[in-house]
Amino acid sequence: MNQISKQQQLPEIKEVPSRFRNTIGKFTIKRSAACISCGLCAELCPYGVHLRYENYSKPMRPVEHKCIGFECRQNEYYCIDRCPQKALTLRLNPVLETLGDFRWPAEMLLAHWEMAETGHLPVVDLEYNLGNSGGGFDKIRFKLPDSEKYLDVSDEAMDLSLDLNKRRDGRPERRLSLPCYSGGMSYGSMALTALTGRARAAQKLNTLTCTGEGGYPEEFIPYADYVITQVATGLFGVREQTIQYAPVIEFKYAQGAKPGLGGHLLGDKVTPEVAAMRETVVGSSLFSPFPFHSVYSVEDHKKHVDWVKAVNPRGLVSVKVSTPTDVDMVAVGSYYAGAHIIHIDGSYGGTGAAPDIAKKNIAMPIEYAIPKVHQFLKEEGIREEVCFIASGGIRNAMDVAKAIALGADGVVIGTAELVALECVRCGNCESGRGCARGIATTDHELGRMISESYAEQRIVNMYMAWRKQWCEILRQFGMQSIRELVGRSDLLVHLDYLDETQRAQYQPVPRHRMII
Amino acid sequence: MPKKYHIPTKTAPPRFHPVGKYTTVEFRENCAGSCRMCVKKNCVYNIFTENMLHASTMAEPEYLYTCMSCFRCIQECTRGIFSRAINPDYRTLGDDYWCSDILHRLWYQAHTGKVPVSGAGYRGPFVAPGFDSMWTDMSEIVRPTRDGIHGREYINTCFELSRRVTRLEFNPDMSLASAVPPILELPLPLLFRLSPDLMINEHLLVPMARAAQVLGTLMFVRPQDVTPALSPYAHSLIPCLTEADFKEHGAMIGNSRVVELADAPGIEKVFNAIRNIQPEILLMVGIPLDSRAASRAADLSLTGVDSLHFYADEHGNELNAASPRFLKEMVREVHLKLVENSIRQKINLVFSGGIAMAEHMAKAIICGADAVTADHALLIALECRLCGRCRDGLSCPVKLDEPLDMQWGSARIVNLIGAWQNQLLELMGAMGIREARRLRGEVGRSMWFEDLEREHFGPLFGERKVSGLG
Repeated sequence: MNQISKQQQLPEIKEVPSRFRNTIGKFTIKRSAACISCGLCAELCPYGVHLRYENYSKPMRPVEHKCIGFECRQNEYYCIDRCPQKALTLRLNPVLETLGDFRWPAEMLLAHWEMAETGHLPVVDLEYNLGNSGGGFDKIRFKLPDSEKYLDVSDEAMDLSLDLNKRRDGRPERRLSLPCYSGGMSYGSMALTALTGRARAAQKLNTLTCTGEGGYPEEFIPYADYVITQVATGLFGVREQTIQYAPVIEFKYAQGAKPGLGGHLLGDKVTPEVAAMRETVVGSSLFSPFPFHSVYSVEDHKKHVDWVKAVNPRGLVSVKVSTPTDVDMVAVGSYYAGAHIIHIDGSYGGTGAAPDIAKKNIAMPIEYAIPKVHQFLKEEGIREEVCFIASGGIRNAMDVAKAIALGADGVVIGTAELVALECVRCGNCESGRGCARGIATTDHELGRMISESYAEQRIVNMYMAWRKQWCEILRQFGMQSIRELVGRSDLLVHLDYLDETQRAQYQPVPRHRMII
Repeated sequence: MPKKYHIPTKTAPPRFHPVGKYTTVEFRENCAGSCRMCVKKNCVYNIFTENMLHASTMAEPEYLYTCMSCFRCIQECTRGIFSRAINPDYRTLGDDYWCSDILHRLWYQAHTGKVPVSGAGYRGPFVAPGFDSMWTDMSEIVRPTRDGIHGREYINTCFELSRRVTRLEFNPDMSLASAVPPILELPLPLLFRLSPDLMINEHLLVPMARAAQVLGTLMFVRPQDVTPALSPYAHSLIPCLTEADFKEHGAMIGNSRVVELADAPGIEKVFNAIRNIQPEILLMVGIPLDSRAASRAADLSLTGVDSLHFYADEHGNELNAASPRFLKEMVREVHLKLVENSIRQKINLVFSGGIAMAEHMAKAIICGADAVTADHALLIALECRLCGRCRDGLSCPVKLDEPLDMQWGSARIVNLIGAWQNQLLELMGAMGIREARRLRGEVGRSMWFEDLEREHFGPLFGERKVSGLG
């Protein structure tokens, strides 16, 4: 307890505006030709919607995503009413209907862009804790807290750390400052600047990022202590050297988005640099095999783990598997084979290209798998000796907290980091030149849309905003460490398991009609 | 090793602009029209190249269909004049079951022959009625998966339409004593059938029959729809006859491998008459999928019929019921009834209605079907929009009531089924199952919403207080 009560130095938050000229907000504000450029709106608005620079008297286009909308009506600085020319109009932004989906509705995307921009929780009224999927995390709520238990401590005094090695086997006892780290995204699937930015963010946040299966670019070497080397079925870029760089080595047996399939990298994204890294042919699609043809049993798996442990005596071993019905047995098997981290990846997440049929239908959603594995590890008496990580469809800070309360020690985040880099989830990551927004692309032109420092700071900002939410949850339940929350499913309720009067106390399930 | 079953796909672009989901909206009054930075020039997907054409011809702009939702034009236009909206036609496409998203995916598959692939995770609801409340299992470490989709391992998707003898008997001289009925094995657990609710005409049937021939599957057809143009494909057709009219169609029976009889009391009495016309013929009985279907199946399975074909409605619902059950429950009921009677192994079950996506094929088989039929999906492959105008005798917006290029039509259907087969391989590969026949009734390798909730959330949250999906 002594350790956690000391004040921590948190990474610095810096405002990083959008890369795009026109931001998308919940509301639109239009300025008509009647504007006389008096500058009153800029003086009034405390949110920075109306800008005005010295020596420039023309009106600027409003910064729409900062506008808090109709709730501003009651304020005496409500620009729409105060404008002497009545030149401003405020509306709900109709474009939101075309943005987002059931799992990541438009408001959740906007809120995460805002968090990544400012490092704070959004001022605008946006629903960022719940999606529209009508099940799983979207129906689970934290119980109403007992106000007497409220712990009045600062964010800096909160402990959100995650221990990766609980085996006490003489290997480093690595502690991350956040209960999450970044998922594997490969060199080849993503712009190198975005990847390096993630590694820099991991260093700043004292957490980890992961190479994915596309090899280990040189640019990662300065941050090597924060980069997991992934050993996946394609074995691209897996060398003794790259295994020795890493503090953690991750075996990817399967990924939730496409269980039963290896990684996909379509030909267009295999540029000369990517091909050189992977030792393959330029322009030729790469379909990693499945499964590891060297592993057809838990004994074979143990050989894998032993091999990596021998190559890197200070490395921790993580085993990433998907969520079949017997995921609990697989987790226990992995532990006995010597893994430090059991990482289960549920079906609804993933960032890379995957057949739609696989994402939707194969393997179980992570919400079911977490309590199943947690309980089984407890019954086996090994829960305290293993770091149990969940991923796949964990979208926001609240989902992270719910996953931890269901039984995980921590989580792996992929999609939310991309959203922080202004991903709109259009899903065209794999085809042609790749991501039109410069995130998941290796195209020479598109790949330059992101700078490392932009990626780094946006991701740091988003996690710092999330951290605020986690701290608030912990305070409400009188906890000072997120480790106290692990497995506390007694603090959760599921709306379908409450009778009507109890259910009325909680925020109802969002059910917007969506066109998908 | 026998030659692998392979479906040859080839791009077959649509004849009409499909109804697109999005449209971009411009407010031109603020645009000078000669901006050097115009986002239309910079579109990554080049969807605005023919942007000017539609204005003069009054045609639908092509970007209605091709917009890929990257939002860059909206976010980068120097004047901020771009916006987006959902195409109003898209909202009214299809119905609650055959929703616009399904139609879009079917069009894509019929166009390209490719499996729909996307990035950034799943975007749909957590759980939904029908087949969307079950998941298929996968194998992990201890039960290796199969790499069928890239052809690196052989996965067999065959099923049989012929009845089976449960054991063979031999004479003292070791010659075979039991009579072995004819064997008919089809390479895909999928048959074709055009639903009479929508359009049936020769222009549609010929490309479909041709596609059935290319794929090695069979198509159900009513005798009144059979025209001379279908005669080259007689071997790929299953005439749907009745007790009353089968005698009139002796020639058709003679040319077919399988014939279907509509169920009627005492239908088994005509089996012999049909086998007298063509001794090798396989018999199938068409049964409405209602509350009596299971007991009827049990009765008929003792009569020497080869297969049973159950008809649900177009949404996969039970017929003649006030609160109809869905196909997956109905398949379970029929399958389990036959398992209970120890007769399931001898007979084959085919189900029609509501099969809209590749996963439905796999999930129906897991529930206990041997095969399913594609119905509306075939029409949609030919660009049908399920607008229902044909039901009212009105013209078809994609001209399916007029002659169409047979090559194109059959290529579209072959593409669709090719994509479905790859998706079936994908599911089976993930499960580590090498034979579609092993998938049948394998509910142990699937996960159902009710079970997952009870087993995983029950211990945490207690008793579930809402019924159904909540």
